[in-house]
Order: sequence, then structure tokens, then C-alpha cells
Amino acid sequence: MKLVTAIIKPFKLDDVKAALTDIGVQGMTISEVRGFGRQRGHTEVYRGAEYTVDFVPKVRVEVLADDGDAERVAAAITDAARTGKIGDGKVWVMPLDGVTRIRTGEMGDDAL
Amino acid sequence: MLVAAAKIDAGDTAWVLAAAALVLFMTPGLAFFYGGMVRGKNVLGMLMQNVFCMGLVSVLWAFFVFSLAFGKDHGGVIGGFDLVGLKGLFSGTIPGLQALTIPALAFVAFQMMFAIITPALITGATADRMRFGGWVLFLALWSILVYAPVAHWVFAPTGWLFKRGALDFAGGTVVHINAGIAALAVVLVLGRRQGWPREAMPPHNLPFTLLGMGILWFGWFGFNAGSALAANRTAVQAFMNTHMAAAAAMLGWLVVERIKDGKATTLGAASGAVAGLVAITPCSGYVGGTSPIWIGFIAGVVCFLAIQLKFRIGYDDSLDVVGVHLVGGVIGSLLLGLFADVKVNSAGRNGAFFGGGAHLLGEQFIAVFSVLAFTFAVSWVLAKVVDATVGLRVTRDEELEGLDLTQHAEAAYSFGELGSIGRI
Repeated sequence: MKLVTAIIKPFKLDDVKAALTDIGVQGMTISEVRGFGRQRGHTEVYRGAEYTVDFVPKVRVEVLADDGDAERVAAAITDAARTGKIGDGKVWVMPLDGVTRIRTGEMGDDAL
Repeated sequence: MLVAAAKIDAGDTAWVLAAAALVLFMTPGLAFFYGGMVRGKNVLGMLMQNVFCMGLVSVLWAFFVFSLAFGKDHGGVIGGFDLVGLKGLFSGTIPGLQALTIPALAFVAFQMMFAIITPALITGATADRMRFGGWVLFLALWSILVYAPVAHWVFAPTGWLFKRGALDFAGGTVVHINAGIAALAVVLVLGRRQGWPREAMPPHNLPFTLLGMGILWFGWFGFNAGSALAANRTAVQAFMNTHMAAAAAMLGWLVVERIKDGKATTLGAASGAVAGLVAITPCSGYVGGTSPIWIGFIAGVVCFLAIQLKFRIGYDDSLDVVGVHLVGGVIGSLLLGLFADVKVNSAGRNGAFFGGGAHLLGEQFIAVFSVLAFTFAVSWVLAKVVDATVGLRVTRDEELEGLDLTQHAEAAYSFGELGSIGRI
């Protein structure tokens, strides 16, 4: 089992959700986060005073997948979230020790 | 000498009462205009410093500040105590204003709303760091020792600047220059905010600021057109001038902002409109034609440039009260010396562009500098007195935590925190 985590541009969330749904992903969790990478924030100007906002809003998407699907999930997110401009974000895949579905108590791949 | 009171006119009275209500509405409008520009931890502190003026200044006004401003004259400098508690004003008259076609109390109510919003304007400069208790004491002292005399000089027919022939239709000197220079004096006593100008202090809610600007613009029709104290041609001209100046100033501000900073901003649109409203205030009942458009446009451009001064000179005027109200008020008061036209208002006189020569401009200079000097000096002393007694400024830790929690034990934005009943 794998945990696929992606940091994406907020306005790309709908595209990513549609792409994941299309390949059969049944659930995902998102959170609103802030961060920066090579994009290094953005500049705002108020009455001539310039401020650099270092941590810009991003959306974190988390999807559980079995070992065979994880790469496909990561690839779907990468395709859907890409604009080609700086600040598109990252996707990473991590191994999981265990998963339990709380309602039924099912464990492992059955819980996905 | 007893002068027979003029006959009360129903239309005039209805308009002045409606205008008074419009001017009152400007104070919560101003609160939101400013409140949007501060950080989220200080927004209630800002709103409170503004709406509190509606409470304290109103009561002081009825007890004796109105009498000091408009009561029996003493040397053109200050009114007397004859109208304390608004004594006899249900059916009586106000010295020098017997020709008004509205009941004296309508004038009392209308002028009260000006006395409320004028000190409220100061709070933009002192944002984020003033103790609430210090503001309460300063507000009371300033209303009595600064607002009352300056209103007497300019608005009372017996005041020395009024008698010299300086023109101020709705409060360029009394309201805007007065509040703007007081703001500068208090800021110099108060000092800079922690971290200014190194740290970013961006506005937390610009939609509030735009909403506040809209309320101000709307209320300003009462401020300026109501200052005709009658429902007549002068009121209509003032109404049009108010609108045109705000519109042109928005354009003026945005044009230079777009050229200098690369983008036309919503904060710029709101700020420009307010700068135009400020500048047209003294002129509103004395100019006509396209004059308000030029006055507004000039104010929009110059005020945009003026707000950069604080960074050059190093005073922390948080929300640009000096750059917008002081500079805008001076621009309007002086431009009136050029654009005034007696064809619009026979009670005025011609400015330099309308064949009046430099005489009016000279009187305008005298009025502007008199208010600048008097108000700066007294406001500075009052701020020092408040600082030495109840304290003008919050502690460093309180400032970092924010005024909302430390001054009022409230939070503006609650997202369902977990809590329980009672104190810690």
C-alpha cells in the first residue's frame, strides 16, 4: 500500500479530482496549505508599499492506493496539475505499514 | 440685539435632518474603510475607536461642546456657555444664524455628526498601537480644546476666520486639515509600530475597505450638500461637485498608480475617491462647471504621491491620514482660492481663475496655516498629557498580540474554537 501526496496549485484541484475519478480512485483528502519552492512567493503592492508573500496558498491532495496503482495515480495527478509554469508543485509516493477502515475494521488492501 | 428668527421651511428641515443621518453613517463607513486596512488582530480595536466617537462626542456635544463652538462669541476665538445643555434651543436661535430656515436643533444635530467623524479620522494614523483608555481621554480633551474652537473660528459667523472672509463650505479646515494635522502630532508622540517599516503589515480585508469607501461616498452627499443648510440650488451644486470630484480623483490616483506601480488596485480606487471627497469638501458650495473634476483629479494625483512621504521622513502614519486628509484638505482649501465662483454662490467670492485676484487665496492660506499651527501644537500637548497620565500606547506584548484581544477581550474572527464557560 502507498500514500500518494501532491502539492498543487489551488485552481487545479478540480482537474486533479476529475483525473483521479476517471482512473477509478474512490476517495481522497485535501487540505489548504501554504508553502514555497523555486517559485519563492509573490509580490503584493498596497498604496505603493511592496510586500513579498513568501508562503503562497497551495492545496495538498492525499490518496491511498495499492502498490500496483500508485504510479498511475501519481502520473494522473502530474498530468492534470501541470501548467508548465513555475509553482506547479510536487507529487511523492510513500510506503504504508497499515490501513484500517474504521467502520468495518477491514485492514490492508481491503480497506482501500 | 434680538433678531427675529426666519420662518421654518419644511423642505429645508427635511433635507438637513436626512443629511445629518447621512453624515452619521459616515463614521461606521470610515470604521470599515480603516478596519479593512489593518491586520485581523486589530480590526475590532479600529472599529471600536471609531464607533466610540458616536457615544462620547455626542454626549459632550449636547452638554457643552456645541455651546463652545456656536454659543455667544468671545473675541472670535471661542463660543460661550450660554447654550450649555442645548438650553432654549427647542424654539430659540443660534447667535449669527437667525436667518436659518431650519430649527436650531436641526443645525445642532447636523453639526454634531461632524464633531463625531472628525476625531474618528485620526484613528487611521494611530492604528494598531493606541491604548483604548488613552484614546477615550484624548478624544474628550481634543473635542473640547481643539474641535470646539476651530469649528467656532470657521463655521460660526462670529468666528475670526469666518469674519476675515476665508471660505470653507463643509469642513476642509475644520474637519480634514484639523484631523490630519492632529493625526501627525499624535503619531509623533506615539511612535512607530513594532516592526515598521521593515515588516509587512498588509490589509486583512480589502472588501471591507471598498464597502467603507462606498458608505463614505454616499454619506458625503449629506456632509457637503447638507452644508447648504437648505434644499436649494447651492445644495444641488454641492451634491454634483461631491460626486464629480470623487470620480475624477479615483481616476487621477489610478492613473499614477498604474504608471508608477504597474497595477491599478482596488485600494487605490478607494483611496483616490476618498482623497477627492476630502478635497472638494471646502469647495463644494462655491465652485461649479468642470472645476470639481479638476480639483478631484489634482487631489487624486497629489495624494497618491503624498502617501510616500512617510517612508521618506519616517513617521508611521499607519493608514495615510496625513497623506489623504491633511494633504487633500490643504489642496481643496487652497484650490478654492483659484476656483471659487460667485455665480454659484453669492455668499462666496471669486477666486483667482474667476477674476477675484489673489485676495481669496491669501485668506485661504491664513485659514490653513492658522489651523495647522494651532491644532498641531495643542494636539501634541494633549497627546503628551495623555501619555504621561493614563498612557497613550499599549505595551510591546499587547501590540504583538493585537488590540482586539488585549483592549476589548474579543476576537473578530472565530472559527469554532474549543472553549468553556468562565474566566481562566
